[in-house]
Amino acid sequence: MNIAVNSKRPVNLDLRTIKLPVTAYTSIAHRISGVILFIAIAGLLWMLDTSLSSESGFEQVKACLQNPFAKLVLWGVLSALLYHLVAGIRHLLMDTGIGEGLESGRLGAKLLIVVAAVLIVLLGVWIW
Amino acid sequence: MVTNVTNLSRSGLYDWMAQRVSAVLLAAYTLFLLGYVVLNPGLTYADWTALFSNNAMRIFSLLTLVALAVHSWVGMWTISTDYLTPMAFGRYATILRFLFQVACGLVMFVLFVWGVQILWGL
Repeated sequence: MNIAVNSKRPVNLDLRTIKLPVTAYTSIAHRISGVILFIAIAGLLWMLDTSLSSESGFEQVKACLQNPFAKLVLWGVLSALLYHLVAGIRHLLMDTGIGEGLESGRLGAKLLIVVAAVLIVLLGVWIW
Repeated sequence: MVTNVTNLSRSGLYDWMAQRVSAVLLAAYTLFLLGYVVLNPGLTYADWTALFSNNAMRIFSLLTLVALAVHSWVGMWTISTDYLTPMAFGRYATILRFLFQVACGLVMFVLFVWGVQILWGL
């Protein structure tokens, strides 16, 4: 009995061999963007500190943001922020019972990707 | 009720609520500041310091800083308890997770103090 039960139990939970649904990708991206933002706090505080410290500090931050590499990093960090924000709003909506079913959850995840992608492109236009 | 000595409030329900209340504050501040910067293209040093030396803005910023500390702690704690597990790291999992949480807490505390200095050092 014991052996029979054990032999039929699915034991393979290797994520690399499982096809993940779209909701799983949006969920892990929410976490990854959160970690990126946690790391980015120090850089954002440095920008705030330097820009408020003096007129020359303000100009220094402005000049720094003209650098193509700095623009790319800023775009990356603010993209993580926008994605995390939109995904967070979706979470709050789901807490109220909106879009938490199987089909509506999938639709919500797809909407999240579309809305976040549009905002990230607009952000890129604004930065460059 | 399941309690855990390392989470913020020793109650998952309270952490859940704290994560959402802090999220709303962070969202409001993010939208306000992004909106301000986007709507003021020729921003000068005088405008920028006037914004942050305003008392209402200082209160809003400090509130956001507290929300940021709470939100990132709950988030990083959740991630550490989900991925730094005995299944992934064997018998070193507990010490690894503990050190990770100590590092996150310490970093967040330093960032919080720095943020207060920026807001009140003006």
